[in-house]
Amino acid sequence: MSAPARTPDEMRVGAAPAVTALRRKDLLGIAELSTDEIALILDTAEAMKEVGERPIKKVPALRGKTVVNLFFEPSTRTRTSFEIAEKRLSADTLNIAVASSSVVKGETLADTALNLEAMRPDMIVLRHSSSGACHLLSGDLLHSRVLRSNIHLLTKMGSDVWVCGPPTLIPTDITRFGVRATSDVDEAVADADVIMLLRIQLERMEGAFFPSLREYFNVFGMTEARLRRAKPDVMIMHPGPMNRGVEIASEVADGPYSVILEQVANGVAVRMAVLYLLAGGVAHEEAA
Amino acid sequence: MPVVMDADRIGRTLTRIAHEIVERNRGVDDLALVGVRTRGVPLARRIARSLREITGQEVPTGALDITLYRDDLMRQSVGPQPLVRRTEIPFSIDDKKILLVDDVLYTGRTTRAALDALIDYGRPRGIQLIVLVDRGHRELPIKADYVGKNLPTSLEESVQVYLQESDGRDEVVLQPAQGGDV
Repeated sequence: MSAPARTPDEMRVGAAPAVTALRRKDLLGIAELSTDEIALILDTAEAMKEVGERPIKKVPALRGKTVVNLFFEPSTRTRTSFEIAEKRLSADTLNIAVASSSVVKGETLADTALNLEAMRPDMIVLRHSSSGACHLLSGDLLHSRVLRSNIHLLTKMGSDVWVCGPPTLIPTDITRFGVRATSDVDEAVADADVIMLLRIQLERMEGAFFPSLREYFNVFGMTEARLRRAKPDVMIMHPGPMNRGVEIASEVADGPYSVILEQVANGVAVRMAVLYLLAGGVAHEEAA
Repeated sequence: MPVVMDADRIGRTLTRIAHEIVERNRGVDDLALVGVRTRGVPLARRIARSLREITGQEVPTGALDITLYRDDLMRQSVGPQPLVRRTEIPFSIDDKKILLVDDVLYTGRTTRAALDALIDYGRPRGIQLIVLVDRGHRELPIKADYVGKNLPTSLEESVQVYLQESDGRDEVVLQPAQGGDV
């Protein structure tokens, strides 16, 4: 069962965390994490972020550990983020992209896994296709993995979540997750503390989900004019990669409300936190 | 549980250490205090306050978390990882004389980790070690420059430092048996 949402104050570094260790050795998704575990990851990420701000951006925590990044889908940004996180923790990293691996030569996934296991890596990062504030998620909701992870995370941590997009891109079962859906962007923008734009996945747009990209931008794109109706301290987020001029206007992406590049920096810190916390595996409690 | 230092004693000890710092360094120019989390941090702040009262000068103070530098990380094949907290050193340590502050000096392993961590932030002119209690049983060639109290202990005993800032009272207690602190 999930614990009640914690106030931002309690989540600050320095407050005694409710859990002090992750008692698991695998992490498969955000849905399985308790709010206390999420708070622990975020607290640890705060400390890890500081490592990235030093002249020597490296700590010896995972020295001698081998981490394999096994990517079945091309994703330079995610792989780079993991690789930097691993290197900052002093792990030895190995990248395997499926396009260049024996899977192409006909090896089964099981055989690939067995071969990797025989080389005794300590951790594997696997990417495979099967896999309080008021937040607004806008964009391509149907094809987005980011959407589901975010909904799990934000509702768990006590946010009021709205999703907004053309009806053809809103999953029909979305309200099951405790979020509200709308296709009226201006209404949605007005009350949001955070607006997160999601990428229109151009590669998955063979079906006619909306008339044209220009039309999409005009009706749903985050433009400066639209942003003027938002709260004065609104925050603009995007998980990347962005389609400028589709879901978000360049002026908004580069504007004063955007924290998009900070998200990238924080992404490295969160990955460092997760790698560090999972490296211990499960077992006994330890005194401070 | 015998109390080996009470609030008055701790206060006087820190004031004495502050005077020793000023004497040994002929003032506080180029000095900076870095407390080892958790209880080294309030001790460093108190010493900074004493130094200000003695010299009228402000000595920059930071907090160091040594968790990621521990030599027992990843040693056991399984076991939850210790909690990491943020290091906050809001000044350059290059060419400064760093006063490293910890509550208890025991095996010396925490100090070793702290030295490694500090060096990753720059190249100080020197590092001096301040501890409230030295309980002996060193496992590494490490020695404190300023000691609040030398406390002979057995390996089975443990020394607990309680401070107002973190525990609501100032007290050093010698606990029989149990063990476990490093």
